[in-house]
Amino acid sequence: MRAFNYHRPSSLKDAAALAAKQAEAKYLAGGQSLVQAMKLRLSAPSDLVDLNAIGDLKALKADGSGVTIGAMVRHAEVAASSAVQKAIPALAALAGTIGDRQVRHMGTIGGSLANNDPAADYPAAVLGLGATIVTNAGKHEADKFFKGLFETALKPNEIITQVVFPVPKRAAYMKFKNPASRFAIVGVFVADFGGNVRVAVTGAGPCAFRQADMEKALAAKFAPESVANIKVKADGLNNDLHASPEYRAHLVTVMAKRAVEAALK
Amino acid sequence: MAVKVSMKVNGKPVSAEVEERTLLVTLIRENLRLTGTHVGCDTAQCGACTVHMNGKAIKSCSIVAMQAEGADILTIEGVAKADGTLHPMQAAFKENHGLQCGFCTPGMVMNALEFAKGHPNPTEQEVRESLEGNLCRCTGYHNIVKSIVAGAKAMAGGR
Ligand SMILES: Cc1cc2nc3c(=O)[nH]c(=O)nc-3n(C[C@H](O)[C@H](O)[C@H](O)COP(=O)(O)OP(=O)(O)OC[C@H]3O[C@@H](n4cnc5c(N)ncnc54)[C@H](O)[C@@H]3O)c2cc1C
Ligand code: FES
Ligand code: FES
Repeated sequence: MRAFNYHRPSSLKDAAALAAKQAEAKYLAGGQSLVQAMKLRLSAPSDLVDLNAIGDLKALKADGSGVTIGAMVRHAEVAASSAVQKAIPALAALAGTIGDRQVRHMGTIGGSLANNDPAADYPAAVLGLGATIVTNAGKHEADKFFKGLFETALKPNEIITQVVFPVPKRAAYMKFKNPASRFAIVGVFVADFGGNVRVAVTGAGPCAFRQADMEKALAAKFAPESVANIKVKADGLNNDLHASPEYRAHLVTVMAKRAVEAALK
Repeated sequence: MAVKVSMKVNGKPVSAEVEERTLLVTLIRENLRLTGTHVGCDTAQCGACTVHMNGKAIKSCSIVAMQAEGADILTIEGVAKADGTLHPMQAAFKENHGLQCGFCTPGMVMNALEFAKGHPNPTEQEVRESLEGNLCRCTGYHNIVKSIVAGAKAMAGGR
């Protein structure tokens, strides 16, 4: 790991000011992606601005009208929250499938979204539920947030503060996971808002994306058979040692069908 | 540059002058000489470096020591009683032959005993899921699972 300076500001304002002053500062959430990348020298920031002392980023609220998750809320807290389990069970369940319990004790929603790993789980929920990503500079709609491989709409030094999820009538997430890391080889989040259906896919492409054909078919009839015969094109899908683009395309349909089945249970 | 980092480890306040890039596991093993916490992979995969930070199991190879500033850290050295009596989870690993070479064991025990606090009577399936972040190259896991089921019951009984 390259040397860096370490800062732990206690307010959002100080954090942004500190980062702006440095040539190559990075925010530190749980370190579950960033520390790994720094060990491999894939990332070599001049300064780390640790967000752990900023209390405002740790709030978690959920009721019938929505779920608001602070950027520094850990995956384990979302998974275990009875309020989230009640408001959007699929979201709590998704958080409980991220990595392993040690990773879930440190990893955060803000870090996961800012990182935008192509195989990450939260992007599927954010896009599938049409959530709003709130930052110190404004708001981002989910549909305009995920820009590409590890690329988001965040400006340099912009800080995610919270994520606001609307409550669907029903929803579910199904992932075909990499057995070693639990990252999604393909994951599909399906949410039914009563006539308006959103289907978001992670793991398959450079970043999470929506599947319009499935959304249309499910809006007409929310049933597994509506998506069972929808073929997804393999063009542009990820190709790595875990799965070919053709296999991932096939998995999108299978996971979507299973997600609809689960949402109906 | 060096920074001062302070925390509680196994109940005792400790502090050290370290480089900012020092990992928590490096501080534990090299500065504090608590070598029971192991480094198996150094890439957040194997769980051999598992310790508790403020009561939660985490991988100490995947955070920098400064992230533990002011925290309460528990390592495998802090688990048995002062007179050497094993913790019920350690005793369960011994009784059920839950280890062979022992390299993964400190991480297994640290993860298991925190898991068991929330699951006093876990099913075998729950135990296997709890081990997603811990790898063992020797045992094939069967006896580790048996040990954790027994250890969790013993912990609940002893309360
Ligand atoms: C073994 C292992 C298995 C994993 N498996 C999965 C899995 O199955 N599914 C999955 O989705 N993920 C998985 N992950 C990743 C995990 O979910 C991480 O929590 C996540 O990638 C982000 O880590 P973090 O919150 O610690 O952020 P960090 O690593 O601290 O930061 C990540 C990036 O986000 C930036 N950042 C952090 N917070 C903010 C903020 N509030 N505003 C702006 N930028 C910010 C940082 O500067 C950095 O660039 C796994 C990780 C490991 C180590
Ligand atoms: S050494 Fe930390 S997880 Fe392997
Ligand atoms: S006992 Fe040898 S690695 Fe687990």
